[in-house]
Amino acid sequence: MPEVDTPREVKYLDPRVAIIRHRVEHVGNVVAIASGKGGVGKTTLATLSALVLSKRGLRVGLLDLDFNCPACHIVLGAQDAKPREEYGLVPPKVYGVEFMSIAMFVGDKEVPMRGVDIVNAMIEILAITRWSKLDLLLIDLPPGTSDEVLEVARLLKHKLKTILVTTPSRLSIAGVRKLWEVLKKLNVPTLGLVINMVRNINEIKAVEEEVRKWGIENVATLPYDSELENAIGSPDKLLNTEVAREIRRFWDKVLEVMMAPQQRTPG
Amino acid sequence: MVHEWALAEAVLYSLLDVTKKYSDHKIKEVVIEVGELQGIDLEVLKFALKELAKSLGLEDVLFRVEVTEAEFRCRSCGFTWKLSDVRKKLDEATREAIHFVPDIVHTFIQCPRCGSPDYEIVRGRGVCLKSILLEKSST
Repeated sequence: MPEVDTPREVKYLDPRVAIIRHRVEHVGNVVAIASGKGGVGKTTLATLSALVLSKRGLRVGLLDLDFNCPACHIVLGAQDAKPREEYGLVPPKVYGVEFMSIAMFVGDKEVPMRGVDIVNAMIEILAITRWSKLDLLLIDLPPGTSDEVLEVARLLKHKLKTILVTTPSRLSIAGVRKLWEVLKKLNVPTLGLVINMVRNINEIKAVEEEVRKWGIENVATLPYDSELENAIGSPDKLLNTEVAREIRRFWDKVLEVMMAPQQRTPG
Repeated sequence: MVHEWALAEAVLYSLLDVTKKYSDHKIKEVVIEVGELQGIDLEVLKFALKELAKSLGLEDVLFRVEVTEAEFRCRSCGFTWKLSDVRKKLDEATREAIHFVPDIVHTFIQCPRCGSPDYEIVRGRGVCLKSILLEKSST
C-alpha cells in the first residue's frame, strides 16, 4: 500500500497558457512588428516581410494580433482564407505564408473588445493554433504599450524579439521611444527599427542619430510610395515595389543578427 | 476532433508541469471548469482527455468536467442576461466562430436592452483547472 499523506490541492490554473510554449516549439524565431503610434505602416511591413522572406525560401508564419483592427488579410488579399480543423486549428497558407487572423472568425465586422477580452482571445488563439515547423513567425501588433504588447511579451517571452516602426514625425518617435523603454524593461530584444514613409532623406538624420543612442544598430528607411496603396491585396504587385526591395535589404541585416549564436538585448 | 482536442492537450501539459513541480506526488483527481461560451462538446473533450492521459502516463487521473453558465452584464445600462437567453438568435456559422474564439461574442451579441456591445462577460468563458488533487506517492 502506498503511503498516503495529507492530499495537496492546486487551484485555478488556466491550462491554455501552459500549451502556448509547445505550440511554438518548432518555430525558430518569433518577431513582433510594433510601434508607439498607429498609421506608421506596421501591417504593411509585417505582411511584406512575410512575403519577402517566404519568397526567399524561409518557412514563415504571420499572426495578426491587432484584434480591434486586423488588416493583414486585406494586404494579402486573403479575405476568404480559413484555418483547417485538425486537433486545433491549422493556419491556411497564403502565398507560402502560414497565416492566422481574428478576421477569419469575424470577417469584416467590428471587434469591440476591452483589455480582459483581448487577453483571453489572444490566449485562445495562441493555444489552439498549430503552426508547423517555421523559421520565423511574424506578429503584427496594434500600436502602443497596452494589453497586446504586454501579453505577447508574457506568453512568448522565451522566443520574442521585436522590430520597431516609426515615421520621421517627432510624435511617432516619441511614441516608439516609450515602447522601446517598455520592451527593454521586459527584456525583449529589439532587432531593428524602420523609419517608414520617408519623403526626404535629410529629414531623418536626426532620427537616426536619436535611435542609435538607444543601442539599435539596424536602422532602415523606407520611402513614401504613393503607388503602394494600389498594390494592396495583390502580393505579386507588392513584391515588385521599391518598398519591398528595401525591406528585403533590411532583412538581410536582421537575419544576420538574428541567426547569430548570442542574441544581444538592447541597452 | 478540433478545439476540444487542443484544450485537452492544454490540460494535460499543465498537469505535466504540476507533476514536475510536485515530483513526490501523483495526481489523483482534476476538476476542469469550462465556460459555456467555449461551446465545448463534453463527450469529445472527455474522450480526448482519456486518450491523451494514456499517452502521457496519466491514465489513473480522474477527470471531472463542470460547465459554467455564461452570463453578461452591460457596462452601459447595467442589464444582465445569459447566453441561453440569446443563443437562438445565433446562426450555426456564428456559433462555430464563437466556439473557436469565445471573446468575439462582442461582435455578434449586443445588450438585449440598450444594444451596447460594451458588456462584461461575468462568468462562463475560458477553461480553468479549478482544482488538482495530489496524493503523496509511495516512497
